[in-house]
Amino acid sequence: MVSAVPPPVGDPMPGRGTGGLKGWIANWARTATTVLDGLAVTMSWMFRRPLTIQYPDKIPQPVQQMLPETYRGILELDVRLCTGCLQCQKTCPIGCIDIVVEKNEAGGRDITRFDIDVSRCMYCGLCSEVCTFAALRHSSEFEATQPDIRNLNLHFVTKPVPVARHKPGEAPPRAPRGSILKDVIPGYGRRPGKAPDGGEKNR
Amino acid sequence: MLRDVATFLERLLGFDPATFDYSWVTAVVVIGAASLLAFVFIALFAGPVTWWERRIAGRIQCRIGPNRVGPQGVLQWLADGIKCFLKEDLVPAAADQGLFRFAPYLVFGGYMATFAVLPFGANLVAADLDVGLLYLLAITGLVVIGILMAGWASNSKWALFGGIRSAAQLVSYEIPSAFSLMSVVLAAGTMSMQGIIGQQGAWPWEWFVFKNPFLFAAFFLSLTASVAEGNRTPFDLPEGESELVAGYHVEYSGMRFLWFMFAEWGNLWVIATIATVCFLGGWQVPGVTPAEIAASTGLAFWGWQALSFAVFVAKASVLVAFVIQLRWTLPRLRVDQLMITCWKYLVPGALLNLAGVLVLLAVVPDQGVADWAIRGATLFLGLALASVFVWKARAGYLADRDLYRRMEGKELWYPPYRLP
Repeated sequence: MVSAVPPPVGDPMPGRGTGGLKGWIANWARTATTVLDGLAVTMSWMFRRPLTIQYPDKIPQPVQQMLPETYRGILELDVRLCTGCLQCQKTCPIGCIDIVVEKNEAGGRDITRFDIDVSRCMYCGLCSEVCTFAALRHSSEFEATQPDIRNLNLHFVTKPVPVARHKPGEAPPRAPRGSILKDVIPGYGRRPGKAPDGGEKNR
Repeated sequence: MLRDVATFLERLLGFDPATFDYSWVTAVVVIGAASLLAFVFIALFAGPVTWWERRIAGRIQCRIGPNRVGPQGVLQWLADGIKCFLKEDLVPAAADQGLFRFAPYLVFGGYMATFAVLPFGANLVAADLDVGLLYLLAITGLVVIGILMAGWASNSKWALFGGIRSAAQLVSYEIPSAFSLMSVVLAAGTMSMQGIIGQQGAWPWEWFVFKNPFLFAAFFLSLTASVAEGNRTPFDLPEGESELVAGYHVEYSGMRFLWFMFAEWGNLWVIATIATVCFLGGWQVPGVTPAEIAASTGLAFWGWQALSFAVFVAKASVLVAFVIQLRWTLPRLRVDQLMITCWKYLVPGALLNLAGVLVLLAVVPDQGVADWAIRGATLFLGLALASVFVWKARAGYLADRDLYRRMEGKELWYPPYRLP
């Protein structure tokens, strides 16, 4: 740094406010050197790797796999683990989870409906917190554009499923994260905008 | 009957097809063709340079920039232009209708008119006026009127602020600009653009920028003042987004908005061209003198034209890149800082500089030993400055390289020619 005036200690802008010819020359010198410094900084960035992730097509792996484990994406339910305790339904502040559990002929209980209206979900994560058996949790999926918003009312149970009654340590391993949503989200994996079935009309 | 009309016209106007002087028709056709060529050139420059600027800005900000429309996004400007075409052309109810509609054309016309004297190559110039540089400084005054008109006619406080700021800025910065260009006129002994180029050579040590240290300083003074006159950051107060939304063109939309943008990016070329002509030796091709080019015929003549055009465009493009980088490096000045920069620093500085040029021109005989010593020293100064710049940029890169590799597991090196 070439400066006609020695910088005072502690002044972030040395020479500032110095009057007279000395200050004038010092300001010229500082202008020249700082502009050169600034240009050198920006020039060095021209040779650095950009941070941009070119979603959705020019990326090495899907964004869903790049997201952290704690990412709260669309909820997914592993029905094999669900005991039908209704804790998630009760804790949901919005009430977007709709569960129906009925008695079957064998005297056990069946889950006949497990709907999550993802379009209303606010991704607070309370339901997955209360789920003792880790049946309900967030996936890292977030692409679910639909031609009709009612398609986002996801049906995790299509035919009655008996509630889970596993002994400790005998429960089946949980399905891989995001694997269940493939069958639940209409038109999953297709480009957003068109649903093959024209969308669901009635609930 | 037709013959009667012809006879009548002949008597009335003195029109006789046999003796009629057709030279003015030729002149009109030539002028029209030259204007059209200049317009096509500026359109083909101003469009892609917006894409170029956004790519440079992207890399400086650790982004990529537009790369989707066409290969690497080179057609982005077409998409933007068509979008603007399709937008509704709104005129505010309270605006002064006539002035509001007319202002963009005046601004664009002011920039277009500079192309009358700006050369593109050895013989590629519309009109080589004897007062070329004076014409250039004077005709850009039209732009002030256009911008002020746009600001006033919009009947909006933001637009008015922008217009008035622009007027103050352009009028102020004309002075240092004229002073620093005057030193070139003194060195060249002519105001004609081609004459100024003819007084320089093709090699860097023959350029005016390296003729002596004062002309070296005049180059940067002139470039600074031109950037300020062109309303580009760090002097883009008339548009100042953070204060004035968009300044004088805040009420404009669609095609009329496009004319302002067109002029703004076209002006980038004007800035670069003036500096190239006055300081960087213009279109001079190494190894051949302007007289030899003029004496050549046929294919050789057009070959030299093409070569000189390429040299000129290359030099101007480097300057355009520099001005673009300047924009994404420096923050915008405040209004009072802008005026202080001009009146307290640039005007006295340019005046002192002009005096220095005068003294050196009077004392040092041209092409003498002392002249070449000064040229050599100035060239060395320029090279030293460039070396310091490269060293600083490299140091900034190296400071982060190892840390980046440790954190990301990837190499930081990603030069501009690697296209993501």
